[in-house]
Amino acid sequence: MEKLRYERPVVKKLNTGMMNKFGTRTEYNPVTHIDGVSVKELIGQYGSPLFVISERTIRQTYQDCKRAFTNRYPRVQMAWSYKTNYINAVCNVFHQEGSWAEVVSGFEYNKALQNGVPGNKIIFNGPDKTDNDLKLAIDHNSLIHIDHLDELYRLMEITKEVNKRPRVAIRVNMDTGVYPMWDRFGFNYETGQAWDAINKIILNDQMDLVGLHCHIGTFMLTANAYAIAASKLADLAYHIHAKFNKKITYIDLGGGFASKNTLRGSYLQGNVSSPSFDDYAEAICSALLNAEYSKQELPLLILETGRALIDDAGSLCGTVLANKRLSDGRRATIMDFGVNILFTSFWYEHKLSPAQEFSHYTEDGVVYGPLCMNIDVIRENITLPPMKKGDNVVVHSVGAYNMTQWMQFIAMRPNVVMIDMDSKVHLIRNKETLEYINNIEEMPAYLKEFTLS
Amino acid sequence: MKIKKNIAISESGFIFNPTTGDSFSTNPIGFEIIHLLKEDKNKEEIKQTILSRYAVDESTFEKDFYDFSTLLQNSQIAEE
Ligand SMILES: Cc1ncc(COP(=O)(O)O)c(C=O)c1O
Repeated sequence: MEKLRYERPVVKKLNTGMMNKFGTRTEYNPVTHIDGVSVKELIGQYGSPLFVISERTIRQTYQDCKRAFTNRYPRVQMAWSYKTNYINAVCNVFHQEGSWAEVVSGFEYNKALQNGVPGNKIIFNGPDKTDNDLKLAIDHNSLIHIDHLDELYRLMEITKEVNKRPRVAIRVNMDTGVYPMWDRFGFNYETGQAWDAINKIILNDQMDLVGLHCHIGTFMLTANAYAIAASKLADLAYHIHAKFNKKITYIDLGGGFASKNTLRGSYLQGNVSSPSFDDYAEAICSALLNAEYSKQELPLLILETGRALIDDAGSLCGTVLANKRLSDGRRATIMDFGVNILFTSFWYEHKLSPAQEFSHYTEDGVVYGPLCMNIDVIRENITLPPMKKGDNVVVHSVGAYNMTQWMQFIAMRPNVVMIDMDSKVHLIRNKETLEYINNIEEMPAYLKEFTLS
Repeated sequence: MKIKKNIAISESGFIFNPTTGDSFSTNPIGFEIIHLLKEDKNKEEIKQTILSRYAVDESTFEKDFYDFSTLLQNSQIAEE
């Protein structure tokens, strides 16, 4: 007689009729396949943990976002925010879809160049651009977004040295009614800093001020903040034209759209509380169309959307290492992935699904990573079916920021694969090895040897 | 370990403790074990029954049974 499938016995107290802190029952479906590829086979071939990127989801999400804007506004350009996920294969899917590149360091800038992005389609943001970075960007006719006065003055000097006219924009920060206000980047709108910078650039006449940029924050839960930002930038552009007869050719509203993830401590699931692409597009496009632009040509609208375009396309497949019972009676499950590679556990209550069948019984508990560190908590409170050592799980919507902010801490970074449109699997980043890490270390000769008694 | 006398267990795996007013649910294997406990089976007998019926090795089950017993006692469903 064939034996029955075993599941750990559990008993669980029922809190009738109440939604508890463990959230709603969204994780109660096994996810055995990603884009038609078996999770067990992926782990069998590429190891655990494993990041899996769905090319199909990237393209679909990108097209949904783009369409929401182009349906409402005639001139829209996306620029892929490299820091959100700069694995080259991921960047190139976005570039194939038509995205420019948005970078914030020389490292990212060169990555974009090497991926084949033409220099004049690279937007260079951020407070940290070295002289060499600036020269390179001027040379490639990139769009340099000036962040502070020190940079503006340095750029004026370099411009004289190289005798070229760079194309620049200024980053503007402003009050959009959202707290906290991001005023550490760029020039402030309300206090007149922005005008100050604009006057300097135009009167100095060594560069072309072609655009205005802002990035008002990240995971913005109100679309209306963008309407305010768009109106303020459009207003600036209008008055620059009125005062200097100079045309601002684009308005770049940065990134910051919320993904469908659930923020930690939030009582609402992210897929309920996050505005849709249509909500953001409606706010932004109406504001631009309502601005005093009728007399001029409408500016190009640039978006540097990051997390909302890539979060859903990324999954992390992992394995249960152990179960234990905490002193307060809660079940603790230890996974083979921790905050070292799933940095976003600090922000999100990541949705987690078992990758094999289970009965509908569940237990409340906590999910830990494998690091020997107290901070290594993946989910503080979660309801999951009983899982045993060796079972697999899929963590959903991890595509943004994890594959760039991951740490080589205690363990090494795992393989990353991409599943293409035909469900074929491609290795796009090799897992790190001890050799790879040791390669960049140096041992002073006198430390090479030791004896232990 | 014994299941407390006043505990009510329904066929669907629903458990009610009239003393505390708490209700619980359990999965099919948990249900089976609670029934075996009600029939005064000891740990060894329960283990043999489960091992003969389910695809599980002895050490895994022992670990899980120990954990389950603690849960039953913490929930005041069972007592020593
Ligand atoms: C200038 C700029 N643009 C775009 C982004 C992407 O933001 P998000 O991932 O929130 O869309 C960021 C992220 O911090 C940024 O600083």
